[in-house]
Amino acid sequence: MAGRLDQALKHAPLRAPSPLFDRPRAPRGVFTSQTGFLRALGGLAVVLLLVLPFMDASRYTMSIATSALIYVMLCMGLNVVVGFAGLLDLGYIAFFAVGAYVSGIFTTVLGFPMWLSLIATICACIIAGIIIGAPTLRLRSDYLAIVTLGFGEIIRITANNLDITGGPSGIHGIPSWEFGGWSFDDGFSIGGIEFPGYVVFYYFVALVVVVVGVIGAGRLGKGKMGRAWKAVRDDEDAAEAMGINTYIAKISAYIIGAVWAGMAGQLMATHLSAISPNSFQFLYSALILMAVVLGGMGSTPGVIIGALFVSLAPELLRDFAEWRFLIFGVLLVVVMLFRPAGLWPATAVLPWLKRQKPQPPPFTSAVSAVDHGEPTVPPSVMESVDGLPATDAEEGRQP
Amino acid sequence: MMQLIWNGLIVGSFYALVALGYSMVYGIIKLLNFAHGDIYMLGAFVGFFTLSAFGISNETSIPLLLVIMLLSMVTTGLIGVGIERIAYRPLRNSPRLAVLITAIGVSFTLEYGVRQLFGPNPEAFPIRLASTGFDVLGMRITASQLVLVVIAAVLMLVLAHIVERTSQGRAMRAIALDPQGAQLMGVNVNRVIATVFFIGSALAGAAGVMAGAYYGSIDFLMGFIIGLKAFTAAVIGGIGNLYGAMLGGLLLGLLESFGAAWFGGEWRDVFSFAFLILFLTFKPTGLLGARVVERM
Repeated sequence: MAGRLDQALKHAPLRAPSPLFDRPRAPRGVFTSQTGFLRALGGLAVVLLLVLPFMDASRYTMSIATSALIYVMLCMGLNVVVGFAGLLDLGYIAFFAVGAYVSGIFTTVLGFPMWLSLIATICACIIAGIIIGAPTLRLRSDYLAIVTLGFGEIIRITANNLDITGGPSGIHGIPSWEFGGWSFDDGFSIGGIEFPGYVVFYYFVALVVVVVGVIGAGRLGKGKMGRAWKAVRDDEDAAEAMGINTYIAKISAYIIGAVWAGMAGQLMATHLSAISPNSFQFLYSALILMAVVLGGMGSTPGVIIGALFVSLAPELLRDFAEWRFLIFGVLLVVVMLFRPAGLWPATAVLPWLKRQKPQPPPFTSAVSAVDHGEPTVPPSVMESVDGLPATDAEEGRQP
Repeated sequence: MMQLIWNGLIVGSFYALVALGYSMVYGIIKLLNFAHGDIYMLGAFVGFFTLSAFGISNETSIPLLLVIMLLSMVTTGLIGVGIERIAYRPLRNSPRLAVLITAIGVSFTLEYGVRQLFGPNPEAFPIRLASTGFDVLGMRITASQLVLVVIAAVLMLVLAHIVERTSQGRAMRAIALDPQGAQLMGVNVNRVIATVFFIGSALAGAAGVMAGAYYGSIDFLMGFIIGLKAFTAAVIGGIGNLYGAMLGGLLLGLLESFGAAWFGGEWRDVFSFAFLILFLTFKPTGLLGARVVERM
């Protein structure tokens, strides 16, 4: 009896009956679907950013735009840690410092080319993420917050005290990218348009890295690992009961955050060509956290908006430069009290999509059958698995 | 050697005073109050502001110090209650992350608010205790150090009395065990939590005034590092445990004193934070802490 069922199952292709999957395709248009709209928006932003140097290539604009891009990269990384995995990291700038210092030391003191220092940066950030994450991620999340705070200070003080990191004055003269005999500093001209070294290359490199970083972090958040992170964030015990290795999930989020910050550090080191411990104070960890919280934890568009706000605010509000940090502090409290999901919450639905009624499920789907309380589909469809006739299954149940 | 121990005890008593507030608040509502270090800074600035308003500077009188300290304690205590009312109480049932982020925001607000009021440069504290001293067992003890240690000890004894012997203290311990149960038994949970914030902030304010008088200069970021150190002390002693916080504070002061002597002063902070990480890794419950059972 059971043997016959096994026999039947062995020959039956194990798949659900096809009517289950006969659903209408999700809308894909720019204005009819959330994903489509966000993709179009992102594409538009990239095009605008690509065009920007051709409109205004002054050193000032390019410098601000590059640092805004670096902020976006940092915030995307912190978003993975805080927004997706729900781990409060208050020493996030430490990984930024690790990235910047490793690339600085490798290119100046040890004389490696830039591409090698890139690999070294990523490795160093992974190691740093494991060193700090492995012991503390087993603890409660608020312990993690303060340990990371201490870790950020450790990195800064160490950089301040060691000789190899240049002490309080930091590292100067970090070389730029070189290909053959040509380096970014040389610049070149195409068709009469002059591309000076400082303008185009760091900006474009930053743009490419940041676009990859944003898309990568967003897609990681949607994948299997991202779902595990969000499950751990929402309820760690329930996630564990569902078979998620919460420790692995947390440490992977932590390492990915570290790598993102390290890449941002590398970008900054080559962009400014000089780094010093003062760039890695707790203040900046708090600013990045501020950007993520303000924009909306776990929401990619929100975090980008937050990053742009935090990085561009001092430029736009020059008169309020002194008050900026006070305002940020008050904003953090106010946002948490009145709009904890941020400006663009992760669960936000575009307003014109909200009014649309969900499409009714197709006639033969399991959902409608359950909803109506009576089988509206022929019993043979309900009870048979493709290739396994209903009668066989019935027979199997008889004594 | 003895000198190192003595110096460690002085610094340790500051840490212990701040750590007590951390530990009490954590014990009762499971919140890491990041703004606690900044309350310490506020205490010092309240003292500075009052003394400057009366045009006092370079004073060495101990009674004046006590008066200023009481004033600072009341002010910071009220500020602590206000912070709890505005920023923490509405979020008491929110996810832990939200409250932590709010605490960071409060800390930022306090730091940069003070910066806007008093400017970014360090200020000289108007009371500077005399450095006349005497030698005992090969260590030099100044009268001011003795006064500070005595004040710290008295404050801690008063606190221990409040928590162990009064009905308010019993209510605090009840809430720490089970907030809902305590509420059902007729404890006014909100008022007791406000009291805890008042006491913790007052202790931090007292420590701030003492630190101002001891070190002589104050600035708007002085609370940041000591907040971290006090947390370390609270963890070493076992967070949520009052005697643990006192023990942890003194122990951390001693450790730092010796660490600075062995590795050099510039590594002092690294040494104590590394100690924090080690402690959390191998004995997260601390020396005196009870095993924490997570409720679901």
